[in-house]
Amino acid sequence: MSNAPPETTPFFARDRERHPPAYTPGYKTSVLRSPQRALISLEGTRSEITGPVFGHNILGEFDNDLIVNYAKPGESAIGERIMVYGRVLDERGRGVAGALVEFWQANAGGRYRHKKESYLAPLDPNFGGFGRAIADVEGYYCFRTIKPGPYPWPNGVNDWRPAHIHFSVFGNGFAQRLITQMYFEGDPMIWLCPIVKTIPDRHAIESLIAPLDMNASIPHDLRAYKFDIILRGRRSTLFENRLEGN
Amino acid sequence: MAQPLNYLKETPSQTAGPYVHIGCTPNFAGLEGIYDQDLGSGPMASDKTKGERITIRGFVYDGAGAPLKDALIEIWQADADGIYNSPSETRGTADPSFLGWGRCPGDMATGEFAFETIKPGRVPFRDGRPMAPHVTFWIVARGINLGLQTRMYFSDEEAANAEDPVLARIEHRVRVPTLIGQRDGDTVRFDIHLQGDKETIFFDI
Repeated sequence: MSNAPPETTPFFARDRERHPPAYTPGYKTSVLRSPQRALISLEGTRSEITGPVFGHNILGEFDNDLIVNYAKPGESAIGERIMVYGRVLDERGRGVAGALVEFWQANAGGRYRHKKESYLAPLDPNFGGFGRAIADVEGYYCFRTIKPGPYPWPNGVNDWRPAHIHFSVFGNGFAQRLITQMYFEGDPMIWLCPIVKTIPDRHAIESLIAPLDMNASIPHDLRAYKFDIILRGRRSTLFENRLEGN
Repeated sequence: MAQPLNYLKETPSQTAGPYVHIGCTPNFAGLEGIYDQDLGSGPMASDKTKGERITIRGFVYDGAGAPLKDALIEIWQADADGIYNSPSETRGTADPSFLGWGRCPGDMATGEFAFETIKPGRVPFRDGRPMAPHVTFWIVARGINLGLQTRMYFSDEEAANAEDPVLARIEHRVRVPTLIGQRDGDTVRFDIHLQGDKETIFFDI
């Protein structure tokens, strides 16, 4: 954690042109789960500009190492060994120190370890598929895992998800709460996916695609993908003549 | 050409999907032994926490009236004195025995969620007027592309609700009851309707 004083201003308005709308019929489940009435706009009050902050004491030694955190002693998960790293930043470009990042994914064959999942690809006995990390003072987070496989899902008759990792991120205000998915550079499935296509803006989609980073790769061990996560920025307090910023 | 503002753009949201439990509540999903306990699970109040004990229960319904069985609900609230346990809180120190945040997946068989917590105190609006006691909700699930934000107020706070600056802003008064949790003894029932005639008010905050 930094020694900077806590920020207490409201967040920038969310650009909802950049996010997927609620009703996206190509993704069938959204049809009955999307509000039809307009959202009520509410400039952030203390109830939204505050939020829970988690300490490193919640972390176990291998929480950010999916290659071993579910494996039997001496064994490890099967698949392409990768590291995913990046920064949690806000829209002003400031690192979000202490941000909690949780992630989950299927195994190398596209199989999730979940009782409601029945895809015929096998489970990997040494892979659970989840972990978490807390961003350092500059906002950096990092984890080791295996690259997930694509998997089929009951939407269209032949829909497959691209390889992806789910992310859940806490900033320091509850209004920054975000869940998203990371995709992998060069995957042709990305542009076929009805869930990806819920996002109307191509540039916004591209911001979810992690590039391969050979500079961060470890020779004879693993390759690296870089994924920066941008949370909402806070308004400035350049002028002090307003009670809670401008 | 003017100078560029150089703001970054927020990462776009994607649905939490049907397997959100793997990452956010793995013990609930049967993946035990990695985390001691799921973050935000269990009673939010301990023996030391100040305040009146309540349990918030409810379902999340889709537009066909079916309860969601794969939703994840998070709540955020002030302590009994109306102070948030957050670094951005400037009015004092919150009850150290109360984090104020909870996370609950809907029951896999019925969809019901439950939070054992305390009734929050009043928190000032931006202009200093007191808001009525309320709990902030965030709902994600398969089929929800961007987390939905709403608030629960309390049916036993009629006078405070009547002067609440947020509730006062709602043009269609007939919709206000969708934000009122119904108090019955220690239980407050708060059902969330994603769509249709009973659609809950959701906020762009």
